[in-house]
Amino acid sequence: MQTNSAEQTEIVIDIKGLYKSFGNNHVLKGVDLQVARGENVVVLGRSGSGKSVLIKIVCGLLTQDKGSVTVLGEDVKNINHKQLEQLRLKVGFSFQLSALYDSMTVKENIAFPLMRNFRELSKSEVNSRVEDVLNSVSLLKSKDQYPAELSGGQKKRIGIARTLVLRPEIMLYDEPTAGLDPISSIEINNLIRDISNQFGVSSIIITHDLVCAKTTGDRLVMMFDGVVQSQGTFDEVFDTEDERIKSFYEYNFI
Amino acid sequence: MVFKSAGYTGDYLPNSILHLACALKFSRLMKMDITDRGEEKIYLSKKIDGFFINIAKTSRFVLNYFVELFRPPYEFPEIARQCYKIGCDSLPLISLTGFIIGIVFTKQSRPSLADFGATSWLPSLIGIAVFKALAPLVTALICAGKVGSSIGAELGAMKVTEQIEAMDVSASRPYKYLVFTRVTACVFMIPLLMLYTSFVAMMGSYINISINEHISLATFIANAFDKINFIDFKGSIIKAVVFGFTISMVACYKGFNTTRGTEGVGKAANAAVVTSMYLIFIEELMIVQILGWFR
Ligand SMILES: Nc1ncnc2c1ncn2[C@@H]1O[C@H](COP(=O)(O)OP(=O)(O)OP(=O)(O)O)[C@@H](O)[C@H]1O
Ligand SMILES: [Mg+2]
Repeated sequence: MQTNSAEQTEIVIDIKGLYKSFGNNHVLKGVDLQVARGENVVVLGRSGSGKSVLIKIVCGLLTQDKGSVTVLGEDVKNINHKQLEQLRLKVGFSFQLSALYDSMTVKENIAFPLMRNFRELSKSEVNSRVEDVLNSVSLLKSKDQYPAELSGGQKKRIGIARTLVLRPEIMLYDEPTAGLDPISSIEINNLIRDISNQFGVSSIIITHDLVCAKTTGDRLVMMFDGVVQSQGTFDEVFDTEDERIKSFYEYNFI
Repeated sequence: MVFKSAGYTGDYLPNSILHLACALKFSRLMKMDITDRGEEKIYLSKKIDGFFINIAKTSRFVLNYFVELFRPPYEFPEIARQCYKIGCDSLPLISLTGFIIGIVFTKQSRPSLADFGATSWLPSLIGIAVFKALAPLVTALICAGKVGSSIGAELGAMKVTEQIEAMDVSASRPYKYLVFTRVTACVFMIPLLMLYTSFVAMMGSYINISINEHISLATFIANAFDKINFIDFKGSIIKAVVFGFTISMVACYKGFNTTRGTEGVGKAANAAVVTSMYLIFIEELMIVQILGWFR
Protein backbone atom coordinates (compact mmCIF):
# COMPACT_ATOMS: atom_id res chain seq x y z
CA MET A 1 0.00 0.00 0.00
CA GLN A 2 1.20 3.48 -0.73
CA THR A 3 0.84 6.62 1.29
CA ASN A 4 -0.10 9.66 -0.68
CA SER A 5 1.94 12.80 -0.52
CA ALA A 6 2.19 14.15 2.99
CA GLU A 7 0.10 17.27 2.34
CA GLN A 8 -3.02 15.34 1.43
CA THR A 9 -3.03 12.68 4.10
CA GLU A 10 -4.68 13.19 7.42
CA ILE A 11 -2.53 12.53 10.47
CA VAL A 12 -4.49 10.26 12.82
CA ILE A 13 -1.85 9.84 15.52
CA ASP A 14 0.45 12.72 16.32
CA ILE A 15 3.03 12.23 19.06
CA LYS A 16 5.26 15.14 19.93
CA GLY A 17 8.15 15.26 22.39
CA LEU A 18 6.85 12.44 24.56
CA TYR A 19 8.52 11.88 27.94
CA LYS A 20 7.62 9.22 30.45
CA SER A 21 9.45 7.89 33.46
CA PHE A 22 8.59 5.50 36.26
CA GLY A 23 10.44 6.83 39.27
CA ASN A 24 14.06 6.96 38.19
CA ASN A 25 13.50 4.75 35.21
CA HIS A 26 13.35 7.20 32.31
CA VAL A 27 11.65 5.19 29.61
CA LEU A 28 10.64 7.67 26.91
CA LYS A 29 12.85 10.67 26.33
CA GLY A 30 11.27 12.77 23.64
CA VAL A 31 9.55 10.50 21.14
CA ASP A 32 8.11 12.05 17.98
CA LEU A 33 5.91 9.96 15.72
CA GLN A 34 3.16 10.57 13.20
CA VAL A 35 0.82 8.06 11.65
CA ALA A 36 -1.22 8.97 8.58
CA ARG A 37 -4.65 7.58 7.81
CA GLY A 38 -4.42 4.10 6.35
CA GLU A 39 -0.73 3.80 7.14
CA ASN A 40 0.91 0.87 8.96
CA VAL A 41 3.81 1.99 11.10
CA VAL A 42 6.07 -0.63 12.62
CA VAL A 43 7.93 0.28 15.81
CA LEU A 44 11.09 -1.72 16.44
CA GLY A 45 13.24 -1.60 19.50
CA ARG A 46 14.89 -3.70 22.15
CA SER A 47 13.04 -5.25 25.02
CA GLY A 48 12.40 -2.65 27.67
CA SER A 49 12.86 0.28 25.32
CA GLY A 50 9.35 1.49 26.13
CA LYS A 51 7.41 0.37 23.08
CA SER A 52 4.49 -0.96 25.09
CA VAL A 53 4.51 2.16 27.23
CA LEU A 54 4.36 4.26 24.06
CA ILE A 55 1.17 2.69 22.73
CA LYS A 56 -0.39 2.53 26.17
CA ILE A 57 -0.01 6.28 26.29
CA VAL A 58 -1.62 6.54 22.86
CA CYS A 59 -4.79 4.87 24.11
CA GLY A 60 -4.77 6.59 27.48
CA LEU A 61 -3.91 3.60 29.67
CA LEU A 62 -0.91 5.58 30.92
CA THR A 63 -0.34 9.31 30.88
CA GLN A 64 2.82 11.02 29.80
CA ASP A 65 4.96 13.32 31.93
CA LYS A 66 5.65 15.73 29.11
CA GLY A 67 4.75 16.13 25.45
CA SER A 68 1.48 15.71 23.60
CA VAL A 69 -0.40 12.85 22.03
CA THR A 70 -3.19 13.68 19.61
CA VAL A 71 -5.33 10.83 18.35
CA LEU A 72 -8.02 11.54 15.76
CA GLY A 73 -7.79 15.21 16.67
CA GLU A 74 -8.23 14.66 20.42
CA ASP A 75 -5.56 15.40 23.01
CA VAL A 76 -5.61 12.09 24.89
CA LYS A 77 -4.32 13.41 28.19
CA ASN A 78 -6.67 16.33 28.56
CA ILE A 79 -10.03 15.06 27.40
CA ASN A 80 -12.64 14.03 29.94
CA HIS A 81 -13.66 10.50 30.72
CA LYS A 82 -16.64 10.41 28.37
CA GLN A 83 -14.62 11.70 25.44
CA LEU A 84 -11.87 9.21 26.22
CA GLU A 85 -14.41 6.38 26.09
CA GLN A 86 -15.67 7.64 22.75
CA LEU A 87 -12.11 7.77 21.47
CA ARG A 88 -11.33 4.30 22.77
CA LEU A 89 -14.16 2.87 20.72
CA LYS A 90 -12.24 3.99 17.65
CA VAL A 91 -8.87 2.68 18.82
CA GLY A 92 -8.30 -1.06 19.03
CA PHE A 93 -5.56 -2.40 21.25
CA SER A 94 -4.22 -5.92 20.84
CA PHE A 95 -2.29 -6.89 23.97
CA GLN A 96 1.12 -8.51 24.04
CA LEU A 97 -0.29 -11.47 25.97
CA SER A 98 -3.76 -11.33 24.38
CA ALA A 99 -5.52 -10.50 27.70
CA LEU A 100 -8.59 -12.58 26.90
CA TYR A 101 -11.19 -12.81 29.66
CA ASP A 102 -10.57 -16.22 31.21
CA SER A 103 -14.06 -16.65 32.59
CA MET A 104 -15.78 -16.23 29.23
CA THR A 105 -15.90 -18.31 26.08
CA VAL A 106 -14.38 -17.00 22.88
CA LYS A 107 -17.78 -15.85 21.70
CA GLU A 108 -18.56 -14.06 24.95
CA ASN A 109 -15.13 -12.48 24.89
CA ILE A 110 -15.83 -10.92 21.53
CA ALA A 111 -19.44 -10.02 22.29
CA PHE A 112 -18.44 -8.35 25.56
CA PRO A 113 -17.20 -4.96 24.30
CA LEU A 114 -20.06 -4.89 21.84
CA MET A 115 -22.75 -5.52 24.41
CA ARG A 116 -21.25 -3.06 26.90
CA ASN A 117 -21.09 -0.26 24.37
CA PHE A 118 -24.04 -0.83 22.07
CA ARG A 119 -26.91 -1.93 24.26
CA GLU A 120 -29.44 -1.23 21.53
CA LEU A 121 -28.10 -4.12 19.43
CA SER A 122 -30.33 -7.19 19.36
CA LYS A 123 -29.01 -10.63 20.21
CA SER A 124 -29.00 -11.73 16.60
CA GLU A 125 -27.16 -8.60 15.49
CA VAL A 126 -24.51 -9.19 18.14
CA ASN A 127 -24.27 -12.81 17.07
CA SER A 128 -23.82 -12.01 13.43
CA ARG A 129 -21.19 -9.38 14.13
CA VAL A 130 -19.31 -11.78 16.37
CA GLU A 131 -19.42 -14.49 13.75
CA ASP A 132 -18.28 -12.05 11.08
CA VAL A 133 -15.11 -11.15 12.94
CA LEU A 134 -14.51 -14.76 13.95
CA ASN A 135 -14.69 -15.60 10.28
CA SER A 136 -12.24 -12.90 9.36
CA VAL A 137 -9.70 -14.39 11.79
CA SER A 138 -10.80 -17.87 10.61
CA LEU A 139 -11.57 -19.20 14.08
CA LEU A 140 -15.33 -19.64 13.92
CA LYS A 141 -14.93 -23.25 14.98
CA SER A 142 -13.49 -22.30 18.38
CA LYS A 143 -16.32 -20.00 19.33
CA ASP A 144 -17.47 -22.08 22.32
CA GLN A 145 -14.02 -22.80 23.70
CA TYR A 146 -12.46 -21.07 26.68
CA PRO A 147 -9.22 -19.09 26.31
CA ALA A 148 -7.33 -21.68 28.37
CA GLU A 149 -8.07 -24.25 25.65
CA LEU A 150 -6.53 -22.18 22.86
CA SER A 151 -2.98 -22.00 21.56
CA GLY A 152 -0.98 -18.80 21.78
CA GLY A 153 -1.55 -17.96 18.12
CA GLN A 154 -5.28 -18.60 18.37
CA LYS A 155 -5.45 -16.38 21.46
CA LYS A 156 -3.69 -13.61 19.58
CA ARG A 157 -6.20 -13.84 16.77
CA ILE A 158 -9.14 -13.85 19.15
CA GLY A 159 -7.62 -10.84 20.88
CA ILE A 160 -7.44 -9.07 17.54
CA ALA A 161 -11.00 -10.15 16.70
CA ARG A 162 -12.22 -8.72 20.00
CA THR A 163 -10.89 -5.31 19.07
CA LEU A 164 -12.07 -5.56 15.45
CA VAL A 165 -15.65 -6.13 16.50
CA LEU A 166 -15.88 -2.47 17.51
CA ARG A 167 -14.78 -1.50 13.98
CA PRO A 168 -11.88 0.72 15.03
CA GLU A 169 -10.21 3.33 12.85
CA ILE A 170 -6.85 2.73 14.47
CA MET A 171 -5.28 -0.53 15.60
CA LEU A 172 -2.40 -0.79 18.04
CA TYR A 173 -0.71 -4.18 17.99
CA ASP A 174 1.67 -5.06 20.81
CA GLU A 175 4.00 -7.76 19.51
CA PRO A 176 1.42 -9.64 17.47
CA THR A 177 3.82 -12.43 16.53
CA ALA A 178 5.90 -12.80 19.69
CA GLY A 179 6.23 -16.41 20.78
CA LEU A 180 4.58 -17.88 17.69
CA ASP A 181 5.92 -20.37 15.20
CA PRO A 182 6.78 -19.01 11.72
CA ILE A 183 3.59 -20.30 10.12
CA SER A 184 1.29 -18.81 12.74
CA SER A 185 3.32 -15.62 12.45
CA ILE A 186 2.70 -15.48 8.73
CA GLU A 187 -1.01 -15.96 9.34
CA ILE A 188 -1.03 -13.08 11.78
CA ASN A 189 0.98 -10.90 9.40
CA ASN A 190 -1.47 -11.59 6.62
CA LEU A 191 -4.34 -10.87 8.98
CA ILE A 192 -2.87 -7.51 9.88
CA ARG A 193 -2.39 -6.72 6.17
CA ASP A 194 -5.96 -7.79 5.40
CA ILE A 195 -7.36 -5.68 8.19
CA SER A 196 -5.64 -2.56 6.98
CA ASN A 197 -6.58 -3.23 3.34
CA GLN A 198 -10.20 -4.22 4.00
CA PHE A 199 -11.17 -1.68 6.62
CA GLY A 200 -8.68 1.10 5.85
CA VAL A 201 -7.43 0.92 9.42
CA SER A 202 -4.30 2.81 10.40
CA SER A 203 -2.02 0.89 12.72
CA ILE A 204 1.01 0.95 14.94
CA ILE A 205 2.64 -2.45 15.09
CA ILE A 206 5.19 -3.18 17.75
CA THR A 207 7.49 -6.07 17.08
CA HIS A 208 10.93 -7.62 17.33
CA ASP A 209 10.20 -9.77 14.36
CA LEU A 210 11.66 -8.36 11.15
CA VAL A 211 9.60 -10.62 8.91
CA CYS A 212 6.52 -9.18 10.53
CA ALA A 213 7.98 -5.68 10.17
CA LYS A 214 8.73 -6.21 6.50
CA THR A 215 5.39 -7.72 5.53
CA THR A 216 3.08 -5.52 7.56
CA GLY A 217 4.80 -2.15 7.70
CA ASP A 218 4.58 0.75 5.28
CA ARG A 219 7.11 2.55 7.42
CA LEU A 220 9.56 1.45 10.09
CA VAL A 221 10.48 3.36 13.22
CA MET A 222 13.54 2.32 15.19
CA MET A 223 13.51 3.16 18.90
CA PHE A 224 16.64 3.18 21.04
CA ASP A 225 17.18 4.72 24.47
CA GLY A 226 13.74 6.23 24.59
CA VAL A 227 13.96 8.18 21.34
CA VAL A 228 13.23 7.46 17.70
CA GLN A 229 16.63 6.66 16.22
CA SER A 230 15.74 6.38 12.56
CA GLN A 231 12.73 5.85 10.37
CA GLY A 232 11.84 5.10 6.79
CA THR A 233 11.06 2.06 4.67
CA PHE A 234 12.53 -1.29 5.63
CA ASP A 235 15.50 -0.94 3.32
CA GLU A 236 16.18 2.65 4.28
CA VAL A 237 16.30 1.80 7.98
CA PHE A 238 18.58 -1.18 7.63
CA ASP A 239 20.90 0.39 5.08
CA THR A 240 23.00 1.91 7.81
CA GLU A 241 26.33 1.81 9.60
CA ASP A 242 24.75 2.04 13.06
CA GLU A 243 26.01 -1.01 14.96
CA ARG A 244 22.88 -1.44 17.04
CA ILE A 245 20.54 -1.45 14.09
CA LYS A 246 22.84 -3.80 12.22
CA SER A 247 23.00 -6.26 15.09
CA PHE A 248 19.21 -6.13 15.30
CA TYR A 249 19.09 -7.19 11.67
CA GLU A 250 21.72 -9.87 12.00
CA TYR A 251 20.09 -11.44 15.02
CA ASN A 252 16.86 -11.86 13.11
CA PHE A 253 18.22 -13.24 9.85
CA ILE A 254 21.39 -15.13 10.62
CA MET B 1 7.52 33.73 51.70
CA VAL B 2 9.27 31.79 49.04
CA PHE B 3 9.80 28.19 49.90
CA LYS B 4 13.21 27.04 48.99
CA SER B 5 13.05 23.32 48.86
CA ALA B 6 10.35 20.74 48.69
CA GLY B 7 11.00 19.57 52.22
CA TYR B 8 10.44 20.80 55.74
CA THR B 9 11.08 24.53 55.78
CA GLY B 10 10.53 25.41 59.40
CA ASP B 11 8.36 28.48 58.79
CA TYR B 12 4.69 28.42 59.33
CA LEU B 13 3.58 29.99 56.07
CA PRO B 14 5.57 28.00 53.55
CA ASN B 15 4.50 24.89 55.36
CA SER B 16 0.87 25.72 55.02
CA ILE B 17 1.51 26.38 51.35
CA LEU B 18 2.89 22.91 51.11
CA HIS B 19 -0.17 21.56 52.86
CA LEU B 20 -2.27 23.50 50.40
CA ALA B 21 -0.32 21.97 47.54
CA CYS B 22 -1.04 18.59 49.00
CA ALA B 23 -4.70 19.40 49.38
CA LEU B 24 -4.83 20.65 45.80
CA LYS B 25 -3.15 17.53 44.58
CA PHE B 26 -5.56 15.54 46.71
CA SER B 27 -8.55 17.25 45.17
CA ARG B 28 -7.12 16.82 41.68
CA LEU B 29 -6.54 13.15 42.33
CA MET B 30 -10.09 12.85 43.56
CA LYS B 31 -11.34 14.16 40.26
CA MET B 32 -9.27 11.78 38.22
CA ASP B 33 -10.55 8.70 36.56
CA ILE B 34 -10.48 5.75 38.94
CA THR B 35 -8.08 3.68 36.93
CA ASP B 36 -4.47 4.37 37.70
CA ARG B 37 -2.88 5.97 34.69
CA GLY B 38 0.55 6.13 36.28
CA GLU B 39 0.78 9.86 36.90
CA GLU B 40 3.68 10.70 39.12
CA LYS B 41 4.37 14.28 39.95
CA ILE B 42 6.03 14.73 43.29
CA TYR B 43 5.18 17.81 45.34
CA LEU B 44 6.65 16.88 48.69
CA SER B 45 8.78 13.99 49.71
CA LYS B 46 7.97 10.68 48.11
CA LYS B 47 6.61 9.23 51.35
CA ILE B 48 4.24 12.06 52.22
CA ASP B 49 3.09 12.24 48.64
CA GLY B 50 2.56 8.52 48.57
CA PHE B 51 0.46 8.78 51.70
CA PHE B 52 -1.83 11.40 50.17
CA ILE B 53 -1.96 9.58 46.86
CA ASN B 54 -3.02 6.42 48.64
CA ILE B 55 -5.76 8.15 50.60
CA ALA B 56 -6.99 9.84 47.45
CA LYS B 57 -6.85 6.65 45.44
CA THR B 58 -8.71 4.65 48.06
CA SER B 59 -11.42 7.20 48.64
CA ARG B 60 -11.85 7.69 44.91
CA PHE B 61 -12.26 3.98 44.50
CA VAL B 62 -14.83 3.72 47.28
CA LEU B 63 -16.77 6.88 46.44
CA ASN B 64 -17.02 5.86 42.82
CA TYR B 65 -19.38 3.11 43.94
CA PHE B 66 -21.92 5.70 45.02
CA VAL B 67 -21.49 7.58 41.77
CA GLU B 68 -22.21 4.37 39.87
CA LEU B 69 -25.33 3.83 42.01
CA PHE B 70 -26.94 6.71 40.13
CA ARG B 71 -25.68 5.71 36.73
CA PRO B 72 -27.71 3.01 35.01
CA PRO B 73 -27.51 0.41 33.50
CA TYR B 74 -26.87 -1.78 36.52
CA GLU B 75 -25.76 -5.15 35.10
CA PHE B 76 -28.44 -7.12 36.94
CA PRO B 77 -27.59 -10.49 35.36
CA GLU B 78 -24.00 -10.16 36.51
CA ILE B 79 -25.11 -9.06 40.00
CA ALA B 80 -27.36 -12.13 40.20
CA ARG B 81 -24.50 -14.35 39.08
CA GLN B 82 -22.27 -12.89 41.78
CA CYS B 83 -24.97 -13.36 44.43
CA TYR B 84 -25.25 -16.98 43.46
CA LYS B 85 -21.50 -17.40 43.57
CA ILE B 86 -21.19 -15.78 47.00
CA GLY B 87 -23.94 -18.06 48.30
CA CYS B 88 -22.38 -21.21 46.87
CA ASP B 89 -18.92 -20.22 48.08
CA SER B 90 -19.86 -19.77 51.70
CA LEU B 91 -22.98 -21.83 52.37
CA PRO B 92 -21.36 -25.14 53.41
CA LEU B 93 -18.88 -23.51 55.75
CA ILE B 94 -21.47 -21.19 57.23
CA SER B 95 -23.93 -24.02 57.82
CA LEU B 96 -21.36 -26.09 59.64
CA THR B 97 -19.93 -23.22 61.68
CA GLY B 98 -23.36 -21.85 62.61
CA PHE B 99 -24.64 -25.23 63.69
CA ILE B 100 -21.60 -26.02 65.81
CA ILE B 101 -21.58 -22.60 67.41
CA GLY B 102 -25.21 -23.11 68.38
CA ILE B 103 -24.51 -26.45 70.04
CA VAL B 104 -21.25 -25.49 71.73
CA PHE B 105 -22.51 -22.15 72.99
CA THR B 106 -25.57 -23.79 74.51
CA LYS B 107 -23.55 -26.57 76.07
CA GLN B 108 -21.06 -24.22 77.66
CA SER B 109 -23.57 -21.67 78.91
CA ARG B 110 -25.67 -24.27 80.70
CA PRO B 111 -23.47 -24.87 83.79
CA SER B 112 -23.26 -21.21 84.75
CA LEU B 113 -27.01 -20.75 84.35
CA ALA B 114 -27.64 -24.02 86.17
CA ASP B 115 -25.80 -22.58 89.20
CA PHE B 116 -28.66 -20.12 89.55
CA GLY B 117 -31.25 -22.68 88.55
CA ALA B 118 -31.93 -20.55 85.53
CA THR B 119 -31.53 -22.97 82.65
CA SER B 120 -34.93 -21.85 81.40
CA TRP B 121 -33.21 -18.64 80.36
CA LEU B 122 -31.00 -20.52 77.96
CA PRO B 123 -33.10 -19.93 74.81
CA SER B 124 -33.28 -16.21 75.35
CA LEU B 125 -29.58 -15.99 76.20
CA ILE B 126 -28.69 -17.90 73.07
CA GLY B 127 -31.09 -15.80 71.01
CA ILE B 128 -29.46 -12.58 72.13
CA ALA B 129 -25.93 -13.88 71.78
CA VAL B 130 -26.46 -15.40 68.36
CA PHE B 131 -28.60 -12.77 66.77
CA LYS B 132 -27.03 -9.63 68.16
CA ALA B 133 -23.37 -10.56 68.27
CA LEU B 134 -22.28 -13.89 66.92
CA ALA B 135 -24.15 -14.28 63.64
CA PRO B 136 -23.11 -10.99 62.00
CA LEU B 137 -19.51 -11.35 63.09
CA VAL B 138 -19.13 -15.04 62.27
CA THR B 139 -20.80 -14.63 58.88
CA ALA B 140 -18.62 -11.64 58.09
CA LEU B 141 -15.40 -13.37 59.11
CA ILE B 142 -16.20 -16.50 57.13
CA CYS B 143 -17.17 -14.47 54.08
CA ALA B 144 -14.05 -12.35 54.44
CA GLY B 145 -12.11 -15.59 54.17
CA LYS B 146 -14.11 -17.25 51.43
CA VAL B 147 -15.56 -14.42 49.36
CA GLY B 148 -12.91 -11.78 50.02
CA SER B 149 -10.02 -13.99 49.06
CA SER B 150 -11.74 -15.26 45.95
CA ILE B 151 -12.62 -11.76 44.75
CA GLY B 152 -9.12 -10.53 45.56
CA ALA B 153 -7.48 -13.38 43.69
CA GLU B 154 -9.84 -13.25 40.73
CA LEU B 155 -9.49 -9.51 40.15
CA GLY B 156 -5.79 -9.67 40.95
CA ALA B 157 -5.26 -12.29 38.29
CA MET B 158 -7.29 -10.22 35.85
CA LYS B 159 -5.16 -7.20 36.66
CA VAL B 160 -1.79 -8.86 36.15
CA THR B 161 -2.87 -10.50 32.90
CA GLU B 162 -4.03 -7.08 31.65
CA GLN B 163 -7.68 -8.16 31.40
CA ILE B 164 -8.80 -5.11 33.36
CA GLU B 165 -6.80 -2.84 31.08
CA ALA B 166 -8.34 -4.65 28.12
CA MET B 167 -11.80 -3.81 29.42
CA ASP B 168 -10.76 -0.24 30.05
CA VAL B 169 -9.29 0.23 26.61
CA SER B 170 -12.40 -1.11 24.87
CA ALA B 171 -14.55 1.35 26.84
CA SER B 172 -16.19 -1.52 28.71
CA ARG B 173 -16.07 0.22 32.10
CA PRO B 174 -14.40 -2.41 34.27
CA TYR B 175 -15.35 -0.70 37.53
CA LYS B 176 -19.04 -1.02 36.79
CA TYR B 177 -18.78 -4.57 35.53
CA LEU B 178 -16.34 -5.97 38.07
CA VAL B 179 -16.49 -3.86 41.23
CA PHE B 180 -20.00 -2.48 41.29
CA THR B 181 -21.59 -5.87 40.69
CA ARG B 182 -19.51 -7.68 43.29
CA VAL B 183 -19.99 -5.05 45.97
CA THR B 184 -23.72 -4.86 45.34
CA ALA B 185 -24.02 -8.63 45.47
CA CYS B 186 -22.11 -8.76 48.75
CA VAL B 187 -24.14 -5.97 50.33
CA PHE B 188 -27.24 -7.93 49.45
CA MET B 189 -26.01 -11.42 50.30
CA ILE B 190 -24.16 -10.99 53.60
CA PRO B 191 -27.33 -9.94 55.48
CA LEU B 192 -29.17 -12.92 54.01
CA LEU B 193 -26.36 -15.23 54.98
CA MET B 194 -26.32 -13.65 58.42
CA LEU B 195 -30.02 -14.49 58.89
CA TYR B 196 -29.30 -17.99 57.69
CA THR B 197 -26.40 -18.34 60.15
CA SER B 198 -28.67 -17.26 63.00
CA PHE B 199 -31.26 -19.77 61.92
CA VAL B 200 -28.78 -22.63 61.74
CA ALA B 201 -27.17 -21.70 65.06
CA MET B 202 -30.59 -21.59 66.74
CA MET B 203 -31.36 -25.01 65.32
CA GLY B 204 -28.11 -26.36 66.72
CA SER B 205 -28.94 -24.85 70.04
CA TYR B 206 -32.49 -26.23 69.96
CA ILE B 207 -31.22 -29.74 69.40
CA ASN B 208 -29.02 -29.51 72.45
CA ILE B 209 -31.74 -27.91 74.58
CA SER B 210 -34.44 -30.31 73.52
CA ILE B 211 -32.25 -33.21 74.55
CA ASN B 212 -31.44 -31.77 77.96
CA GLU B 213 -34.39 -29.60 78.93
CA HIS B 214 -37.17 -31.19 76.85
CA ILE B 215 -38.60 -27.89 75.61
CA SER B 216 -40.89 -27.83 72.58
CA LEU B 217 -39.77 -25.96 69.47
CA ALA B 218 -42.58 -23.40 69.83
CA THR B 219 -41.57 -22.56 73.41
CA PHE B 220 -37.93 -22.40 72.41
CA ILE B 221 -38.63 -19.95 69.63
CA ALA B 222 -40.95 -17.85 71.74
CA ASN B 223 -38.34 -17.64 74.49
CA ALA B 224 -35.46 -17.03 72.11
CA PHE B 225 -37.07 -14.05 70.41
CA ASP B 226 -38.54 -12.67 73.60
CA LYS B 227 -35.68 -10.28 74.27
CA ILE B 228 -34.94 -9.28 70.68
CA ASN B 229 -36.62 -6.12 69.46
CA PHE B 230 -36.79 -4.29 66.19
CA ILE B 231 -33.75 -2.14 66.92
CA ASP B 232 -31.67 -5.26 67.48
CA PHE B 233 -32.92 -6.64 64.21
CA LYS B 234 -32.09 -3.44 62.35
CA GLY B 235 -28.73 -3.27 64.10
CA SER B 236 -27.74 -6.72 62.93
CA ILE B 237 -28.84 -6.01 59.39
CA ILE B 238 -26.93 -2.73 59.35
CA LYS B 239 -23.85 -4.50 60.62
CA ALA B 240 -24.14 -7.16 57.96
CA VAL B 241 -24.59 -4.57 55.21
CA VAL B 242 -21.54 -2.64 56.39
CA PHE B 243 -19.49 -5.83 56.66
CA GLY B 244 -20.56 -6.92 53.18
CA PHE B 245 -19.57 -3.56 51.74
CA THR B 246 -16.23 -3.70 53.53
CA ILE B 247 -15.34 -7.23 52.52
CA SER B 248 -16.10 -6.75 48.84
CA MET B 249 -14.71 -3.22 48.57
CA VAL B 250 -11.43 -4.14 50.21
CA ALA B 251 -11.10 -7.25 48.05
CA CYS B 252 -11.87 -5.34 44.85
CA TYR B 253 -9.44 -2.57 45.76
CA LYS B 254 -6.67 -5.02 46.54
CA GLY B 255 -7.39 -6.90 43.33
CA PHE B 256 -7.45 -3.77 41.18
CA ASN B 257 -4.14 -2.63 42.62
CA THR B 258 -2.27 -5.87 42.26
CA THR B 259 1.27 -5.56 40.94
CA ARG B 260 4.20 -7.89 40.44
CA GLY B 261 2.70 -10.76 38.53
CA THR B 262 1.46 -13.98 40.03
CA GLU B 263 3.15 -13.40 43.35
CA GLY B 264 1.08 -10.25 43.67
CA VAL B 265 -2.13 -12.22 43.16
CA GLY B 266 -1.50 -14.28 46.28
CA LYS B 267 -0.60 -11.13 48.17
CA ALA B 268 -3.77 -9.41 47.02
CA ALA B 269 -5.96 -12.31 48.15
CA ASN B 270 -4.18 -12.44 51.47
CA ALA B 271 -4.30 -8.69 52.02
CA ALA B 272 -7.98 -8.67 51.14
CA VAL B 273 -8.75 -11.11 53.95
CA VAL B 274 -6.49 -9.60 56.59
CA THR B 275 -7.48 -6.00 55.93
CA SER B 276 -11.19 -6.69 55.88
CA MET B 277 -10.97 -8.72 59.10
CA TYR B 278 -9.30 -5.80 60.86
CA LEU B 279 -11.89 -3.41 59.52
CA ILE B 280 -14.77 -5.71 60.47
CA PHE B 281 -13.74 -5.71 64.15
CA ILE B 282 -13.27 -1.96 64.18
CA GLU B 283 -16.64 -1.44 62.53
CA GLU B 284 -18.32 -3.88 64.90
CA LEU B 285 -17.10 -1.83 67.83
CA MET B 286 -18.21 1.44 66.25
CA ILE B 287 -21.64 0.21 65.23
CA VAL B 288 -22.35 -1.28 68.65
CA GLN B 289 -21.29 2.01 70.19
CA ILE B 290 -23.49 4.06 67.87
CA LEU B 291 -26.49 1.77 68.19
CA GLY B 292 -26.13 2.09 71.97
CA TRP B 293 -26.99 5.79 71.67
CA PHE B 294 -30.27 5.01 69.94
CA ARG B 295 -31.55 2.63 72.54
N1 LIG C 1 3.35 0.26 34.98
C1 LIG C 1 4.68 0.34 35.07
N2 LIG C 1 5.26 0.67 36.24
C2 LIG C 1 6.60 0.78 36.34
N3 LIG C 1 7.45 0.58 35.34
C3 LIG C 1 6.95 0.23 34.16
C4 LIG C 1 5.53 0.10 33.95
N4 LIG C 1 5.32 -0.25 32.67
C5 LIG C 1 6.54 -0.34 32.11
N5 LIG C 1 7.52 -0.04 32.98
C6 LIG C 1 8.95 0.01 32.70
O1 LIG C 1 9.12 0.63 31.47
C7 LIG C 1 10.15 0.01 30.72
C8 LIG C 1 9.66 -0.27 29.32
O2 LIG C 1 8.64 -1.22 29.39
P1 LIG C 1 7.86 -1.69 28.10
O3 LIG C 1 6.90 -2.73 28.54
O4 LIG C 1 7.33 -0.53 27.37
O5 LIG C 1 9.03 -2.37 27.23
P2 LIG C 1 8.89 -2.95 25.78
O6 LIG C 1 9.68 -2.09 24.88
O7 LIG C 1 7.46 -3.14 25.43
O8 LIG C 1 9.60 -4.34 25.97
P3 LIG C 1 9.14 -5.76 25.40
O9 LIG C 1 9.61 -5.80 24.00
O10 LIG C 1 9.86 -6.74 26.25
O11 LIG C 1 7.66 -5.86 25.53
C9 LIG C 1 10.55 -1.22 31.49
O12 LIG C 1 11.81 -0.99 32.03
C10 LIG C 1 9.54 -1.37 32.57
O13 LIG C 1 10.16 -1.73 33.76
MG1 LIG D 1 6.11 -4.74 25.36
